[in-house]
Amino acid sequence: MESGDKPLTGAGLSLARGNEGSLVIHIAGNWERGQVLPNPEETLQAIESASPRALGFDASGLAGWDSNLLTFLIKIKEWCTTKNVECVDTDLPDGVRRLLALASAVPERKGARRESRRESFFVTVGGKAQQFVVSAGEVFDFLGEAFVSIIRFLGGRASFRRVDLLLFLQETGAQALPIVSLISMLVGLILAFVGAIQLKTFGAQIYVADLVGIAMVRVMGAIMTGIIVAGRTGAAYAAQLGTMQVNEEIDALKTLGVSPMEFLVLPRMVALALMMPLLCVYADVMGILGGLIVGVVMLDLNPVVYLNETKAALSLTNVWIGLFHSAVFGVIVALSGCLRGIQCGRSASAVGYATTSAVVTSIVSIIVATALITILCNVLGI
Amino acid sequence: MSEGEPQIVVKGLDMGYGSFILMRDLNFTVNRGDIFIIMGGSGCGKSTLMKILIGLKKPLRGQVFYGDVSFWEADPDEQERIMRRFGVLYQSGALFSSLTLAENVALPLEQYTDMSKSQIRSMVSLKLALVGLAGFEEFYPSEISGGMQKRAGLARAMALDPDILFFDEPSAGLDPVSARLLDDLILELRASLGTTFVVVTHELASIFAIGNNSVYLDVDSRTMTASGDPKKLLAESSDPKVRNFLTRGGENAHGQAQVKPS
Ligand SMILES: Nc1ncnc2c1ncn2[C@@H]1O[C@H](COP(=O)(O)OP(=O)(O)OP(=O)(O)O)[C@@H](O)[C@H]1O
Ligand SMILES: [Mg+2]
Repeated sequence: MESGDKPLTGAGLSLARGNEGSLVIHIAGNWERGQVLPNPEETLQAIESASPRALGFDASGLAGWDSNLLTFLIKIKEWCTTKNVECVDTDLPDGVRRLLALASAVPERKGARRESRRESFFVTVGGKAQQFVVSAGEVFDFLGEAFVSIIRFLGGRASFRRVDLLLFLQETGAQALPIVSLISMLVGLILAFVGAIQLKTFGAQIYVADLVGIAMVRVMGAIMTGIIVAGRTGAAYAAQLGTMQVNEEIDALKTLGVSPMEFLVLPRMVALALMMPLLCVYADVMGILGGLIVGVVMLDLNPVVYLNETKAALSLTNVWIGLFHSAVFGVIVALSGCLRGIQCGRSASAVGYATTSAVVTSIVSIIVATALITILCNVLGI
Repeated sequence: MSEGEPQIVVKGLDMGYGSFILMRDLNFTVNRGDIFIIMGGSGCGKSTLMKILIGLKKPLRGQVFYGDVSFWEADPDEQERIMRRFGVLYQSGALFSSLTLAENVALPLEQYTDMSKSQIRSMVSLKLALVGLAGFEEFYPSEISGGMQKRAGLARAMALDPDILFFDEPSAGLDPVSARLLDDLILELRASLGTTFVVVTHELASIFAIGNNSVYLDVDSRTMTASGDPKKLLAESSDPKVRNFLTRGGENAHGQAQVKPS
């Protein structure tokens, strides 16, 4: 068995005519991994050209063997069965014969083997279309169930663990503060920079405060937190639920009579819907701070003047619109994360796919929702 | 190397997690060609002992010798060389969920041999056939039953015809007939390829059918309380716990000495 420290003597194989049109296969030498082994296809060709009536073996010169000899012999035996040639294996070593017997002890289950078939173009397209309808149905099912569970939650009848909710509140809210601070402050800085260069040419630097204030509060704060939370929390939700799917934990919940929707999805959804607006307000403040830094350092504005200008520019409507955005984003991120997690298949790569898909779904939905809300506000004149 | 010479020697081994000590002062020897059974109640540390033997977990104290080499004092290259000679079946199967059964079994072959694609394919078919899974090459682990996953794990462990095979509860989840075929397979591999087996199992029928050496880990005294051929242990051991284990609690349930070997 110790391959490597044996001399490479190679495996010996020769064919000899036996009596009554039979062929004897002489097997000799070392048939182990790492040795030079005969090619089974060539051997079969040689046997075929001799067209024997029966096959026999002579293994008297066999020095060592492992599974490689077995795979070789299986090929020869298979050939014998297909060609209806008698195969006499009594002269093989006992161990070889017994292992070959064990390998065929459990016959192949009928219909188990799968063949890879090439599908025609139309079959593929049709299949994809059907899949699309099914998955759209799943999405609506999920949304419906989520809605029902929210109603039950509002009625105080939903069954989930309060501890879970508190934990999710902490994870999605407080623990996201550092990254939200960094990103939104930088976005405020960038907005101020871009604006400052233009406004400076008109001597209207002070309006940087209006620009940064309105942009951050009305939409940028919400979008930035939405995207951060999609990458941070939405992905985590999808991975958590996906792994639970792989471990059959979700099946276990179902058989316990606990609705996975209430037990797993609801607390996550509530946590995000509550925390997103708060994070958004925080991001707004951070963005304005970023703008203030540029205003003070680059444009030599007085901080008090800058803040007063911001205050004058912002109306409460802007704040409400921003908060509305963020609440919608919160629900979107929670729903896409949980949906992809629940839909997850049963393998490690399926979890990866669910996570990616959750983030993509959230971000696309966030941008589409922003466009819709913006158009709506425009039509309504707010 | 010849049959019967010591292959794994465990000396003064303490194991545990952090400050939690599971077992103290384990000493035993696994000889070449042995089918060595690790026995003990649930949660006594059998899987942990196996993890130490296969080099996944460092013992708190003591040594594990492979031949003359003390595994935990050897340098990483040496450790890897030793680990290359193992095949391991984990308690939970541990198949790669995104690979088909064929790809699972082929992975070590592709990694460590220079076999051609067609050679690998026939080797994979052989190993799957040996564990009774002929024809299931293209299935994913999530598409087969628990017992079948276990058997596919066996096929992967055996892929390279390793020197030493470690099985953690190979027959758990198997029907009696499959379990029996598995025992036959183990005996056959030992007889023809000289493979050494270290098997964690609770299956009494299996223990007596295949085991020729064993160690019993006792939860309460936190050490090994018996070792040797399980059939001899059943006949000779005076330790009530070991007897209880080997008779499924039979002696306690029906008063003394129900299974008195003559
Ligand atoms: N990663 C870990 N950290 C801390 N303790 C652990 C860890 N893994 C196992 N244990 C503890 O070690 C003990 C032994 O575990 P182990 O898995 O070795 O048991 P076992 O003998 O294989 O049991 P079974 O027959 O049920 O498989 C258990 O009491 C368990 O609580
Ligand atoms: Mg265990």
